[in-house]
Amino acid sequence: MSSESNTTKSEPTEETTTDESSDRLIDTAAVSTTADESRQQSNSMIADTVIETRNLDVHYGETQALDSIDLEIPENQVTALIGPSGCGKSTFLRCINRMNDLVDSARIDGELFFRGKNVYDDDVDPVALRRKIGMVFQHPNPFPKSIYDNVAYGLRIQDDTENLDERVEQALKDAALWDEVKDQLDSSALDLSGGQQQRLCIARAIAVGPEVILMDEPASALDPIATSKIEDLIEELAEKYTVVIVTHNMQQAARISDQTAVFLTGGELVEVDDTQKIFENPDSQRVEDYITGKFG
Amino acid sequence: MSSETPDIVTSDTDASRTAREQTYRVLFLLCGLLSILTTVAIILTLLGDALTFWNEVPITDFLLGTNWSPQIEGEYGVLPLVSGTLMITVGSALIALPIGVLTAIYLSEYASERIRAILKPTLEILAGVPTVVYGFFALVYITPILENIFPTIGTFNALSASIVVGIMIIPMVSSLSEDAMSAVPDSLRNASYGLGATKFEVSTTVVVPSAVSGIVSSFILALSRAIGETMAVTIAAGSTARLFDGSDPIGSFLLSTETMTAAMINIGKSDVDPTSLTYKSLFAIGLTLFAITFTMNVISNLVAARYREEYE
Ligand SMILES: Nc1ncnc2c1ncn2[C@@H]1O[C@H](COP(=O)(O)OP(=O)(O)O)[C@@H](O)[C@H]1O
Ligand SMILES: [Mg+2]
Repeated sequence: MSSESNTTKSEPTEETTTDESSDRLIDTAAVSTTADESRQQSNSMIADTVIETRNLDVHYGETQALDSIDLEIPENQVTALIGPSGCGKSTFLRCINRMNDLVDSARIDGELFFRGKNVYDDDVDPVALRRKIGMVFQHPNPFPKSIYDNVAYGLRIQDDTENLDERVEQALKDAALWDEVKDQLDSSALDLSGGQQQRLCIARAIAVGPEVILMDEPASALDPIATSKIEDLIEELAEKYTVVIVTHNMQQAARISDQTAVFLTGGELVEVDDTQKIFENPDSQRVEDYITGKFG
Repeated sequence: MSSETPDIVTSDTDASRTAREQTYRVLFLLCGLLSILTTVAIILTLLGDALTFWNEVPITDFLLGTNWSPQIEGEYGVLPLVSGTLMITVGSALIALPIGVLTAIYLSEYASERIRAILKPTLEILAGVPTVVYGFFALVYITPILENIFPTIGTFNALSASIVVGIMIIPMVSSLSEDAMSAVPDSLRNASYGLGATKFEVSTTVVVPSAVSGIVSSFILALSRAIGETMAVTIAAGSTARLFDGSDPIGSFLLSTETMTAAMINIGKSDVDPTSLTYKSLFAIGLTLFAITFTMNVISNLVAARYREEYE
């Protein structure tokens, strides 16, 4: 994998299933190198699009959750998805790493490109895709294992345990948790506070070297101090990763995101633009009403 | 005045309600005590008769003796019976534990809603079949099939008894293990899927370890059930007390074997004099059996408590 693949959408993709049905296609070391290189690139030029949807529709049974979404997500930036509850933000997020595959009633139409490859093509392996697009959930969900084992989990299931100690340490450092837990790596992750657990979940996600991190209201279950730590962390993560974050907290979106997409009831993407533009001078009256709290 | 008093002062009807509550309390307490008393009474009866037996046959001869031949030789060594019970227990465990856990994983992680809705009750029906039916099933169907593989197999043998007891306890293992696996929160499965785990990896690295206390409890309960199983083994394994022969393990399973429970049945249904030593030996076996299953239940509780701590 070369850094050029970041600039072209037509690059054949790594998450494609091969005949040997190997799902160990991802070289995590290569991925993180690429992320580093591309960060340097994106500092000097306009960000590339990592994820792009075209006419993305999602139905749960008869209910339509997303209605013809067209959205581009730029590399190494924080994209916030905001909107009233039930408008399909989580659904959109789960489409990106195909977690919606796990919901029997979900039906997805349209296209969703990750680096130019439609992830809903038949030859895409969702397991390999999820190793490149990590996810952090609304409620911290560490495994009932030790702190170390939580972070090592993703690498171990890939049998990728070379320099495991160093990589666990690095992930914990990147998640701003190392200093707090370095002396208790073998104790249970469940003994950590909620905010620490959530940063552990972030460390666990970045340990496998993803390119994109999806976060679904990652701070909504946390107190204000833990929340601000997570917010700081997200801004740092954007130097290495592309971050897509769902939040119902508009101040949070305004603080940490570069781009904001506003979903409104009915699963409609009403407006997407630079965060500053959305919050100061949105094109749509409905977005303005929503942001100023007139509804939703 | 009464109209000004807030409605929180007790009135007569409230007093009678309190009395009623008190009555219920006592009633429930009595019911609880009744079951405890019954248990204690059973243990004391067992203990009393067992002790009079051990007055005549030293407890060391009983526990360490390798010959069980009460009526003919007057030998009361319980080890052959313990050996028979262990053989059936281990044999049935070898069948039931793996199949039960794999069934539970299938039901909890792989089966669609519809298949689960059919399969789970079906399995639980298996648990409701009278054990005497299992015994005849072993005798009439399983042993003849085994005869094709082991031509020397006896009409009564430990192997078919093990198989049938194994089948009998599969539902217990699968049902309780499945309950434990279904109780593992979906958030943990999502975390694992989100890290690029396959369904198999989610099952083996997250669901099973998180449900381990329930799974181990189900094992121990199932083993207790196998140890205590009577009808099926008496019918299928016969009544020849015989010590397990370590030099020929398979051969041992092909022969008739008497378990502790089968020996008790055989004594109980023979017309021995209730004051005789043979009759009293029944209580000594019973107490030994009780001690074994009781220990297993204690272990089960300890295991469950220990792992639950780690999980929550
Ligand atoms: N697993 C599901 N099964 C059925 N309907 C669902 C499921 N998940 C979400 N929905 C429905 O899809 C719509 C969008 O939900 P969601 O994406 O969770 O919204 P948000 O995250 O913006 O609150 C809602 O109407 C919700 O009821
Ligand atoms: Mg949501």
